[in-house]
Amino acid sequence: MAAQIFSAIFVILVGVGGCVAYFWGANKLLDIVFPSRGVTGAAAVDNLRRQGFIRPWLFVGPALLILTVYLIYPVVETLRLSFMDRGGTGFVGFANYEWALGDREFRNSILNNVLWLAVVPAACTFLGLVIAVLTDRIWWGTIAKSLIFLPLAISFVGASVIWKFIYEYRGDGQVQIGILNAIVQFFGGAPQVWISIPFWNNFFLMIILIWIQTGFAMVILSSALRGIPEETLEAAVIDGANPFQIFWKIMIPQIWGTIAVVWTTITILVLKVFDIVLTMTNGQWNSQVLANLMFDWMFRGGGDFGRGATIAIVIMIAVVPIMIWNIRQANRETGGH
Amino acid sequence: MATGKSFLGRFGVHLAVLVFVVIWTIPTLGILVSSLRDKDQIVASGWWNSVVSSSQTEAGRLPPASAQVEKDGKFFLEGNIFGDGPVRSISAFGVRSAAPTQYEAGVVADLGEGVTLQLNADGSFAMASPKAFEGERGQRVYFASSAPPRFTTENYETVLFSEGIGRSFMNSLTVTIPATVIPILIAAFAAYALAWMRFPGRALLIAVIIGLLVVPLQMSLIPLLKLYNGVGVFFGVPVKTYLGIWLAHTGFGLPFAIYLLRSYIAGLPREVMESARIDGASDFEIFVKIVLPLSFPVLASFAIFQFLWVWNDLLVAMVFLGTEADQIVLTAKLNALLGSRGGDWEILTTSAFITIIVPLIVFFSLQRYFVRGLLAGSVKGG
Repeated sequence: MAAQIFSAIFVILVGVGGCVAYFWGANKLLDIVFPSRGVTGAAAVDNLRRQGFIRPWLFVGPALLILTVYLIYPVVETLRLSFMDRGGTGFVGFANYEWALGDREFRNSILNNVLWLAVVPAACTFLGLVIAVLTDRIWWGTIAKSLIFLPLAISFVGASVIWKFIYEYRGDGQVQIGILNAIVQFFGGAPQVWISIPFWNNFFLMIILIWIQTGFAMVILSSALRGIPEETLEAAVIDGANPFQIFWKIMIPQIWGTIAVVWTTITILVLKVFDIVLTMTNGQWNSQVLANLMFDWMFRGGGDFGRGATIAIVIMIAVVPIMIWNIRQANRETGGH
Repeated sequence: MATGKSFLGRFGVHLAVLVFVVIWTIPTLGILVSSLRDKDQIVASGWWNSVVSSSQTEAGRLPPASAQVEKDGKFFLEGNIFGDGPVRSISAFGVRSAAPTQYEAGVVADLGEGVTLQLNADGSFAMASPKAFEGERGQRVYFASSAPPRFTTENYETVLFSEGIGRSFMNSLTVTIPATVIPILIAAFAAYALAWMRFPGRALLIAVIIGLLVVPLQMSLIPLLKLYNGVGVFFGVPVKTYLGIWLAHTGFGLPFAIYLLRSYIAGLPREVMESARIDGASDFEIFVKIVLPLSFPVLASFAIFQFLWVWNDLLVAMVFLGTEADQIVLTAKLNALLGSRGGDWEILTTSAFITIIVPLIVFFSLQRYFVRGLLAGSVKGG
């Protein structure tokens, strides 16, 4: 254990130190090669200009390099691999895509992903909005928000264990230690193996993600709600609007942009959902999703990179519209400069 | 606000929020309570009953006829039903499975033909008969027992030191700390350049970074796996290393880091930087002496994000790190335990609680920065 701690501290120092050393050293080097102090006249101006030309690249250089290796190159490479065979060496055209269309598990994953996309973002946004509105009017709202927000800090694996314990099944008539089956049995129902009921088990897995993400939606929407000018609400009250009219006709339209942001953020998260399915069912009982299927194909039978890449591309295609919308939005905000 | 004026309305709001809070808290409470319970009690009763004695109906067998003692022409069998096992408190007993609690503890039960059986609350029993007992199997006895609630930290000792969770905890720290610090450094420099320095291709770079914000991790896995394998073979180095996963987490965290830091740094007052520049400070000096200190809140926000994201990550760890004891991180270990110790809830609940305790501490102590980052990251961005 002591050796582990020591080597951990050592590698941490090396990693972080190397990073600091680069930035400090590179800038120092630039100052030495093209000095702007201690020289006069045209030489100083020249060197300042050269520094101004090179220094931005010293600053963005490492970021650019890492982004290229870890994100930009892989996107291109994954696209290429999706047209290759399992080892990634022979060109197979659209064979992987044809395989996907005909594969029972892939089609099941697509269906489940659509289900997740339809339910989770909507549920999180709706619940988050309701809780945000309610907690804004009580004195212990901050504490309540903290507690509902808390699952956001918990890992998907941790959350899966937590919920697996809730769904725990014991035979009919036995003492139930899973709270859900205990409640069912208390009301006279028969206990169920919740996560192995095809189709419905999807919803029991979705509940986990909703439990985690509602706090996210709540915090963002709560802050947007507080940004609504007091005067508009007061004017509505004076005009005799009831609480529901205020909510639907005044509040919702004003925070529409924020709702869209929350929705798309959770949508992207849902497309990538992997840990929950892996740990709860590993795709059994028709609960497979794309991200887990892809992980499966990366290693199944020594790994099939072609099929894995194809599934990744399918996930990517679903993200592209959101990506384009984001870039447009950002360009408009910065005025295109 | 218009609502909440009537008593009923206000009461309804309180009640509704209370219901939400209870639903959202109970799952975590369940594993916290269970992790502190005696492992036999976890399976004997639901955790919500953990503060009351857990009662159950058990079955036992008295000793066979060979253990009988003859006294005054009568035959006796005596002893304790629990033997060497832990003592429970018996409330009732019976000899037929259809009526397991027919007699109260301590009562002398008449079993017919002059045979009597007395079973006391502490488990001691006395059976008497005018005729000699026969047979190799003793009398079957049913009884309702209850054990007092028992809370313990034994489970924590077990998982930390025998199940390898302690080691994994260290591994998680080894992965998380550099994977949090490195991207901050790299992103801060890049963010400053993108916000305050003029160079060709800047606008394009910003657009690319915003585009990369949403690229799914899945797109990177296979090419990087191939790349790492290639590098490993070419240089004859191990494929799965801590350096490899730090860089991977740095790469995956960079778009958000640059995006978040850039929008903050771009909002810093121009005058401060101009005046420093007039005083002859270079960009590097401005960055280190002015921008970094001023950006502390946003750096803290991102640090919390990245820390939570790396600590909680399973996918990247499963692809880029090994599953041996010296590399397996908490999330991967927990996933492995779900497979190997599926029904052992004392192990699973305790391990799960250990994996979530660090994020919870970080979260509660730095919630302000976390929320600020969340708002800056999503509301402005869209």
